[in-house]
Amino acid sequence: MSVSKQATAGPYVVLDPTGERSLPIRERLARPSTLEGLDLALLDISKARGDVFLDRLETLFAERGARVKRYSKPTFTKPAPPDVRRQIAEECAAVVEALAD
Amino acid sequence: MTDSPRPPLPSGLVAFVKRDCPTCELVVPVLERLAGDAALTIYCQDDPSFPQGAGAVDDTTLERSWHHGIETVPTLLAVDEGIERARTEGWDREEWERLSGLSELGAELPAFRPGCGSLSVDPEHALDLAVRFGADKMKSRRVEFAAQEDEVEAAFERGWTDGLPVVPPTERRVLAMLQGTRRKPDEVVAVVPPDLVECTVEKVAINAVMAGCRPEYLPVVLAAVEAACTDQFNMHGLLATTMPAGPVIIVNGPIRRAIGMNSGRNVFGQGNRANSTIGRALQLVVRNVGGGRPGEVDRATFGNPGKVSFCFAEDEEGSPWGPLSADLGAEPGVSTVTLFPGEGPRIIVDQLSRDPESLARSYAANLRTLIHPKLVLAFDCVLAIGPEHARVFREAGWSKAQIIDRLHELLLIPREELVQGAGGITEGIPPEVSAPALPKFRPGGILLVYCGGDAGLFSTMIGGWVTGDTGSQTTLREIRP
Repeated sequence: MSVSKQATAGPYVVLDPTGERSLPIRERLARPSTLEGLDLALLDISKARGDVFLDRLETLFAERGARVKRYSKPTFTKPAPPDVRRQIAEECAAVVEALAD
Repeated sequence: MTDSPRPPLPSGLVAFVKRDCPTCELVVPVLERLAGDAALTIYCQDDPSFPQGAGAVDDTTLERSWHHGIETVPTLLAVDEGIERARTEGWDREEWERLSGLSELGAELPAFRPGCGSLSVDPEHALDLAVRFGADKMKSRRVEFAAQEDEVEAAFERGWTDGLPVVPPTERRVLAMLQGTRRKPDEVVAVVPPDLVECTVEKVAINAVMAGCRPEYLPVVLAAVEAACTDQFNMHGLLATTMPAGPVIIVNGPIRRAIGMNSGRNVFGQGNRANSTIGRALQLVVRNVGGGRPGEVDRATFGNPGKVSFCFAEDEEGSPWGPLSADLGAEPGVSTVTLFPGEGPRIIVDQLSRDPESLARSYAANLRTLIHPKLVLAFDCVLAIGPEHARVFREAGWSKAQIIDRLHELLLIPREELVQGAGGITEGIPPEVSAPALPKFRPGGILLVYCGGDAGLFSTMIGGWVTGDTGSQTTLREIRP
């Protein structure tokens, strides 16, 4: 006789400790209605040839009126440092993060 | 967790057995006869080839055993259209004959043989099974953390903590917590301010898990939540006030010892799990269920460290007097929580008084300073007398009532010392108050408890905040299992 431990495997699920008056999942922000005049961040995660993809995106976004700013993570193996995230949040209205290989 | 509806049983006789049970082995001939003469279904918990050739149904998942509350094997049930009509545990010839309607069952066997424990109640598996088959009894919303989220950090990010890490309230942990009470998970315990949300036993259990409670503490937490959320205690007001006070939980009765609470050395300090987590659980309920958070409805100017957790037990065994709960009307032997709206504890040092009058005067001089030496009547207090001070009163034969009466006498303060401007201090009572003297505390406003370590000629005072109808009144609640 064996009792499976599967009940504790898989996704980490907890019971909501609150009065359940708010949604458990944060809503996504609304998408920008236009690119015209938008401060747009392109985040290079420092993976090989990601810059090629982002260069092309920069051209395309610029043609549509966005003001593109470029940022990069020191390494793709770790999350973006808080300072980079904060800088993007302060300076831009939207961000595109490119994964490439 | 998916719902696991209770699987029905077939009509006729139903037997639950396991191979690893001598009594089940013993009754194999009886089962063979029942299979021949009646409608019999056998569920085997550990080996569906047992009894050999009997065509037992595989219940190695223990789903049927768990759902039908099988505690012993063999168990024989008489089932009629899915409804259990009778059951007998172990081998008992008379009972088996009654259930089957057959006579001379197992004539070669002894008349009676007790059974073995069912695998479904084996402590090794019980919680796993409860999670697998019983988790749907818990109605709280499930929150799934993302794979990259650390479960402790995730609780911080969702605003569920008091600033310290919490134990993640998994289904398994909450189910284990719920074993600490006989109350049903969906029973409403209280309506929690400030959002006035109905709070169930289950929600309290979730927050008790997060606070670090053991299941046996849950009845104390439930009683504390009940007491806090009364008009009398007025948790909303206590939360919203700019004053530093928070709920102070004083535990009396047999449960103190049963759950290992501290009433001795460092009684108001760190180091005892029950003391540290019960008060925390109440505060987490107020925060998470009630929505009462610092800086929002909680407007405390300073607060105090006891707002993380302030819970302790009275040392009833060492006390020369009866417990606080008895002073507030509880029957002897009943476990209770007393909630007091208190600020942080302050020491009273008197290492020289050896007569009760001198010590009472020391207390009065210190108690007068609570809130402000020139403010009177608005607040109650708890005076926690330590063992070395209590000895002075005990040796002189002073009762608790005598101490309190003397304190009230000594704390009748002349008007001229209290009035605004007196002593060069603008704060004070308004000049139009004409009484020649005013008491510091209202009758019943001094609560005595006995606790603390056995070395140190000290006592401690805990100031309150507004009492009476507009504030918070000390509230006693029985702790129910």
